[in-house]
Amino acid sequence: MGKVAIIGVGQSAFVRSYPGSIRELAFEGFSAAMKDAGLAAADIGASVVCSAPEYDKQRSPAGVLAEYLGLNPQPTFYVESLCSSSSMGLRLAYSLVKSGLHDSVAVIGFQKMSEISSSESQERMGRGADIQWESPFGTMMPAYYAMYAQAHMAKYGTTPEDLAQIRVKAATYGQLNEKAVFRKPVTMESFTDPESRMAGPVASPLRVGDCCANADGSSCIVVASEEKARAVCKKPVWILGVGAASTSVNLAGRDLFTGLTVAQEASRQAYEMAGVGPKDIDVAEVHDCFTIAELMAYENLSFAEPGKGVELIREKQTYKEGRIPVNVDGGLLSKGHPIGATGGSQIRTIVLQLREEAGDIQVKGPEIGLVHNIGGVGLYGNVTILGR
Amino acid sequence: MGGKKDIDDRFKKFGTVSFTGISKVNDFIGYLEQGKIMGTRCTDCGKVFFPPRAECFKCLPGTIEWFEVAGSGKLVSYSRLQFGPVGFENDLPYCIALLDYGDFKVFGRIADDLAEEKLSIGMAMKTRVNELPNGQLNYVFEPA
Ligand SMILES: [Zn+2]
Repeated sequence: MGKVAIIGVGQSAFVRSYPGSIRELAFEGFSAAMKDAGLAAADIGASVVCSAPEYDKQRSPAGVLAEYLGLNPQPTFYVESLCSSSSMGLRLAYSLVKSGLHDSVAVIGFQKMSEISSSESQERMGRGADIQWESPFGTMMPAYYAMYAQAHMAKYGTTPEDLAQIRVKAATYGQLNEKAVFRKPVTMESFTDPESRMAGPVASPLRVGDCCANADGSSCIVVASEEKARAVCKKPVWILGVGAASTSVNLAGRDLFTGLTVAQEASRQAYEMAGVGPKDIDVAEVHDCFTIAELMAYENLSFAEPGKGVELIREKQTYKEGRIPVNVDGGLLSKGHPIGATGGSQIRTIVLQLREEAGDIQVKGPEIGLVHNIGGVGLYGNVTILGR
Repeated sequence: MGGKKDIDDRFKKFGTVSFTGISKVNDFIGYLEQGKIMGTRCTDCGKVFFPPRAECFKCLPGTIEWFEVAGSGKLVSYSRLQFGPVGFENDLPYCIALLDYGDFKVFGRIADDLAEEKLSIGMAMKTRVNELPNGQLNYVFEPA
C-alpha cells in the first residue's frame, strides 16, 4: 500500500463577520486548495465536511456544500469533533485513501460563528462540556482552561507573565499573516496597561490577552494517493503519522490537570507511526485557543519535560529562529478560531512550511512538521505528522 | 430508580440552568432536596461513580446503589469567572472548582461567600447542597 499525500491546501481569511453564507464561505477555502492542487472538483473522489453544527442553521451542511462546490455525485459526509473537526476529517481522508476506496478526498472545514452573539457562542461552547453535570454550574471554555492554568501555576510556578509571553509571540507573527483576524502588536506592557483590553480578567488566572477570538473562516486540504500525488503534484507533502485520542468529558473523570492526556496519547501514536521523535520536529502548529493550551502542548508533545515548557518561551526557543518554532503563523490567538476550519488552517501552514512557500514566516529548511489540534477542553486530541 | 409523577423530570431542577430533564438518576435531585449529595457504586465490581450513573460499563449493567458524598476532598483547581454563558449573568462573578475525594472527584462551585484569596490548591473542602435564588438546586464547596 502506497503513501498518502497532501497535494493542495487553502483557507479563507479568518474574519470577525463573513459577508456571505456558509456555502460561499466554504467556497473560499475550497477554491484556494483546488487552485493550489491544480485540480477540478470532478477530479476529487469524495468530500469530508467538518464543522461544529451548533453554529449552523443549515442541517446536514455536507450536501449543500458539495453541491455548491461541484462535488456531486461523489460521496460527501460530515465529521465533528468540536475544535479538532478538520484534523479528524484529515484522519478519515487518510484512511479512505490508504484503503484504496478513493484516490483523492477533499477535507473541507468551515465555521460561521458570527450569526450568534458572543455570549450565545460561549454558551454553545460550554455545552461542548457535560451538559447534565457541569454546564448547570455555568461553565465556559476559558474557565475550564483557566482551571488547567491554575493547576499548572500551583504545581510548576508558571506565571501569568509566562502566559503573556506566548501571546506576545503569537502577535509577532499574527502581524505578518494577512489571513489573521487579529493583526495588532501585543507587548508585555499590554498586559499591565489598564487602558489595554489585554489585561482584562476573563476567568482567573486567564485574561483577555490569553484567549483567542471567535472568527468566521474556511479551510480545505486535498488528500491523495501516492500514485495520484506523483502524477499531479510537484511538491507532495506526505502524511507520516496520524494520532487521535479521547478522554472523559467530565473533569471529574480525569486525573491530570497540568496537561492534556489526549495530546500525550495522540502524539505517542503519531510519533510511533511516523517513526520519529519530538527532536525530529522542525516546525509545529499547536492548538493555542488559550495561552496555557500552547504551554501544555510543549510538554504534552514532549518538546519539553512536564513543567519545563516555560523555559521554551522564556528562551524564545519557539520563535521562528528557535530550536522548535511553534505557531509562526500567529496561531489561533492571532488568526482567530473558526472551529471547523481551524485544523485545516494549521495543516495548511505546515504544508506551506514543508514546501518552503511560507514567505515571511518561513522556517529554515524544515523536513518534518507537526500539527496538534484539540477538540473541547482536551476532550478530543489529534496529532498529525507531515514530511516532505 | 422510580419517579414520583407520570413524567419524572426532576433533573430540570439541577443548577442555575439545567439542560437535562429526564435521567435514570433523577433520584439525585430527590436526595439534593433532602440535603444529601449522592454518588452511585456498582456492587458487582465495586466501581464508584461521581457524577452518579445508572449503569456500570464494566458489568453491563451491574447492580447500582447510592452512597453519600461525605467527609472532605482536596481542591484540585478552580477559576473565578467574570463572564458567564446566557442564563448565568445574575450569578456573576462565581467560581467553579473540582474536589478530589480519592475514589472520585466532584465538579461544582465554590460557596459565594468565600473569597478567591482564601483558596489554595490542595486545601481540604467539603460539599454542601445550595439553593439558588431562582429556586434551583446545586452544590457548593466550603472549607472543611
Ligand atoms: Zn460494575
